[in-house]
Amino acid sequence: MFDEMLASANGVRAPYAEIDRWIKETGLDDLQARRAEAETLFRKIGITFAVYGEGGDPERLIPFDLVPRVFSGREWRHLSRGIEQRARALNAFLWDVYHRGEIVKAGIIPADLVYKNEAYLPEMIGINPPGKIYSHIVGIDIVRTGEDDFLVLEDNCRTPSGVSYVLENREIMMRMFPQLFSGRRVLPVDQYPAQLRATLEEVAPPACKDDPTVVVMTPGSLNSAYYEHSFLADQMGAELVEAHDLFVEDGLVWMRTTRGPRRVDVIYRRIDDDFIDPLAFRPDSVLGVPGLFDAYRSGGVTICSAPGAGVADDKAIYIYVPEMIRFYLGEKPILKNVPTYKCGDPSDCKYVLEHLHELVVKEVHGSGGYGMLIGPKSTKAEQEAYAKRIIADPADFIAQPTLDLSACPTLTGKGIQPRHVDLRPFCLVGKNVRLTPGGLTRVALREGSLVVNSSQGGGVKDTWVLAEDL
Amino acid sequence: MLSRTAENLFWLGRYMERAESTARIIGMGARMAMMPGRGGHDEEWRSVAAATGCAGQLSDVEEVDQRDIVRTLILDRENPSSILSAIGRARENGRAVRTALTTPMWEALNDTWLKIRDIDEDAIQRNLSGHLDWVRERCALFLGAAEATHLRNDGYDFYRLGTFIERADLTLRLLDVKYFVLLPETEVVGGGRDHHQWTSLLHATSSQRAYHHVYRGDYSPWRIADFLILNRNSPRSLAFCYDRLSEHLDRLGRGYGVRHKCHLTTNEYVAILEDQDMGEIFQTGLHEFLSASIARNNRLSGEIAEAYLF
Repeated sequence: MFDEMLASANGVRAPYAEIDRWIKETGLDDLQARRAEAETLFRKIGITFAVYGEGGDPERLIPFDLVPRVFSGREWRHLSRGIEQRARALNAFLWDVYHRGEIVKAGIIPADLVYKNEAYLPEMIGINPPGKIYSHIVGIDIVRTGEDDFLVLEDNCRTPSGVSYVLENREIMMRMFPQLFSGRRVLPVDQYPAQLRATLEEVAPPACKDDPTVVVMTPGSLNSAYYEHSFLADQMGAELVEAHDLFVEDGLVWMRTTRGPRRVDVIYRRIDDDFIDPLAFRPDSVLGVPGLFDAYRSGGVTICSAPGAGVADDKAIYIYVPEMIRFYLGEKPILKNVPTYKCGDPSDCKYVLEHLHELVVKEVHGSGGYGMLIGPKSTKAEQEAYAKRIIADPADFIAQPTLDLSACPTLTGKGIQPRHVDLRPFCLVGKNVRLTPGGLTRVALREGSLVVNSSQGGGVKDTWVLAEDL
Repeated sequence: MLSRTAENLFWLGRYMERAESTARIIGMGARMAMMPGRGGHDEEWRSVAAATGCAGQLSDVEEVDQRDIVRTLILDRENPSSILSAIGRARENGRAVRTALTTPMWEALNDTWLKIRDIDEDAIQRNLSGHLDWVRERCALFLGAAEATHLRNDGYDFYRLGTFIERADLTLRLLDVKYFVLLPETEVVGGGRDHHQWTSLLHATSSQRAYHHVYRGDYSPWRIADFLILNRNSPRSLAFCYDRLSEHLDRLGRGYGVRHKCHLTTNEYVAILEDQDMGEIFQTGLHEFLSASIARNNRLSGEIAEAYLF
């Protein structure tokens, strides 16, 4: 296991020198006391995510670990080049599959994987989104297995969440431990909302002639990420709208205000494709805006991300992202994929069934860490039951080797201990590509656990990118 | 501003005012229950429930006591007028428009909710007045946060419109429940009990000291009614509420450059209250006046919603 703080031959790795000193100076008792203080702050501000229908408090806190995760300037330069490259390739892929489908014609990606994909929307064929951008906020989940080994676990091209924690975690750390930042070595993250706004304004629709009006669209205050929706709207100075606040007239989108209807140009939607427009997609949806898709198609409004962008982050498509980078950009992929076996391929499937005890198997369309089999942690009976599911529908599963994820120092009941982490940076794509240094570090708080999802006992950490290369 | 946002702010104002007023009115009941009298205090507690619009919830209870009041008017999650529900709903409205509230407003609201939702019934029964004080303090904190930090924009106007519609409603209901003790005949009957009854109205509106300053301690039903209906300096009087409603509606009218039916209704009523004296009101019937005012106030609430599309 790669310990990000302690992996160096001569003790503490250089990026963590400050953290190491701080932990020793502060002492465990003090850190434990400050952890409770941090929790009170989060609850007071109302930074919660909602879990309904499981009993208990519906508004839960994501556990926050006080010990920051640190990247040197050099490490981040490598990561950021890889992330931006990937975000550009994914958008090029989306343009392609909704136009001429060159990558399919070239035989690089099987046609069925694209055109029969549930996330592929034939309604989008031939539509030209402003700037040819489909996915404006790309969240790329990255894990580390060694000093120079970074792997992409998955891409999120629809509406990746978690960026509010990036900003709030930093706020809380700066409020509680100002001395940690007094050396001014940590790159700031608070420019994100302004950059998000600039990105959204850059993709204003052709019908917009003045300063574009940007809104954030939420399913409502019962949604688990509602705090983030309101946070981003607030930070951008945009209205936070629900579907029934909007209507379509004369090919344009309007919001109902106390002064009467007002034009909307760009919608940063945090709802799924299915619920955008009951006329175009799901007639039973009460969440959508009738006619919205028509207005989008005719250039009256821009929807971010574009409907149908999800086809690029499908787990079956993921395997081909390095090929996309070569095909569209003519570049060598900077970040590697995790080696992946497609159960739809007979020889891969055979291998997977024979090695279930050492692989992680996932449903192609699953998310949130549910429905996975973690081979080394599973019982024989669980493996047998899972094998039956794979045999019944092989194309629905992929498998990856169990990764030896890196670990970061984390405050636990037993003192500072290494816990496994991943990283989700948020890359903004408009006319320009922008990336806030750092991202959301998720940490598996249970000893030995590899699952970092907040719904399954994961927590978050402040993530630092240092100004120095080190 | 989004019409939905305006609506949420309006109701946020209403629910916070309701929580505070309900606490005041329960405080009045607790005080009356300490006064000497025959038997239990069923009648007092029933009038407390009636003044907060909750008489129906207690109609099956044979002898209403403090325990029932605490359960129904403070802790009942199903009763929209209970303090717990009012604060919960205020917070839901606030949460739906987080972007329209300042951080101190949100934190005051959220913190109040986090504490009251886990409150223990026995603790309240043991120290009712302490808990009522706490509710009033929390409401005052929210009000203060709004006063000190909110932009004086249309959002502020909608929030305050909700406050004063609700306050006018509650003052009118309180008077309507107690109007019989204010009728001139009881003045003749006199006696200690009536004195408590009159002053209880002042306690329920936290205005007994202000009343002394204005009328020099001379209690008479006529003056108490005047203080709570027509006195424009008394912050819980009907006239005061309508002065404020008119101010906030005027600001909206100027800002938006459009006036609606609600503007006309409010200004008409301000003029009526200005011209009237208590003698006329008693002559035409206090109860009739109060009922008509409650209906008018409800109508105005509807007209505001109509004008601003919520």
